[in-house]
Amino acid sequence: MSETTHIQLDNLQVIYKKPDALTDTPMRYCPGCTHGIAHRLVAEVIDELGIKHRTITIASVGCSVYAYEYFDTDAIQAAHGRAPAVATGIKRVRPDNIVFTYQGDGDLAAIGLAEVLHAASRAENITVIFINNAVFGMTQGQMAPTTLLGQKTTTTPTGRSVERGGHPINICEMMTCIPGVAYLARETMAAPKYVNRAKRSIKRAFEAQIRGLGFSLVELVSSCPTWWGLRPLEALKHIEEKMLPQYPLKVFVDKVSGAGEGGEGNA
Amino acid sequence: MAIVIIDQDRCKGCGLCVAFCPKDNLQIGDQLNTAGLKPAVVKSQENCTGCKICALMCPEACIEIYRETAEVVAGE
Repeated sequence: MSETTHIQLDNLQVIYKKPDALTDTPMRYCPGCTHGIAHRLVAEVIDELGIKHRTITIASVGCSVYAYEYFDTDAIQAAHGRAPAVATGIKRVRPDNIVFTYQGDGDLAAIGLAEVLHAASRAENITVIFINNAVFGMTQGQMAPTTLLGQKTTTTPTGRSVERGGHPINICEMMTCIPGVAYLARETMAAPKYVNRAKRSIKRAFEAQIRGLGFSLVELVSSCPTWWGLRPLEALKHIEEKMLPQYPLKVFVDKVSGAGEGGEGNA
Repeated sequence: MAIVIIDQDRCKGCGLCVAFCPKDNLQIGDQLNTAGLKPAVVKSQENCTGCKICALMCPEACIEIYRETAEVVAGE
């Protein structure tokens, strides 16, 4: 079977192939990590919008530190949390380029919270892809600002408590009131139906930048099978059952389609 | 009929494609790949509709899907 199919491949219609904006470098993420799905969605959007030749990736610190090896675009590696500041500089010097940052929750919600909020308040015309998996993945599973109450991590072995760890930060809800934000949405990749929705939101975020509307951010609620101690499929179920009640999916701001705040979203 | 090809060396055997395939056409194989992991393999694809859900959920972007064009089918 496989031999015959290989011979005939030239005559076949391609239904799905790896997007051009992803390189052939194998990704160094753990098996089942949804970082890979997020990478693929961003790359597909870059291909569909035809902006690969003028896109600049700002890689952050965290598991996605090697993003510059996976995206077939120009790229810069920013210091921890400072990706929106680096993106600001590049976008102001090269306004014709499409600049996006790819940051995790340890990077964006902890050390980089000031940078991303001020970039949004200045209405910088950049796009931020924010991966929220409620844990510091690369440094071996410590508590992040987005860690759920009761969630066990290596620094909260009995579960996060309000007394010691405070409450989780909801970045999207916090940014909703900033006037410079042109597109703001929270999506996930926990099942095929969510993946299609997530791609639509990422596309709109890039369109907001192409049309010069201002700051755009898409939060992707992701999994960390390794530091949650779950199998890949169980981790996706954990997202649906535990993460989504704390981080509900919503399009918060959408100035691209003119739907305005709180529009439930073009889904 | 659609043809699903899984890059055996890129696949890490996370099993998301296996879990979400609506036709139950995929499974985790027995062979180790160069990374020492057991990648997913195609069990049967006679009833594959090319719905792309396996590729949609694949974190490694290692699944390619093809469909026979009308000429190929007619020429068989």
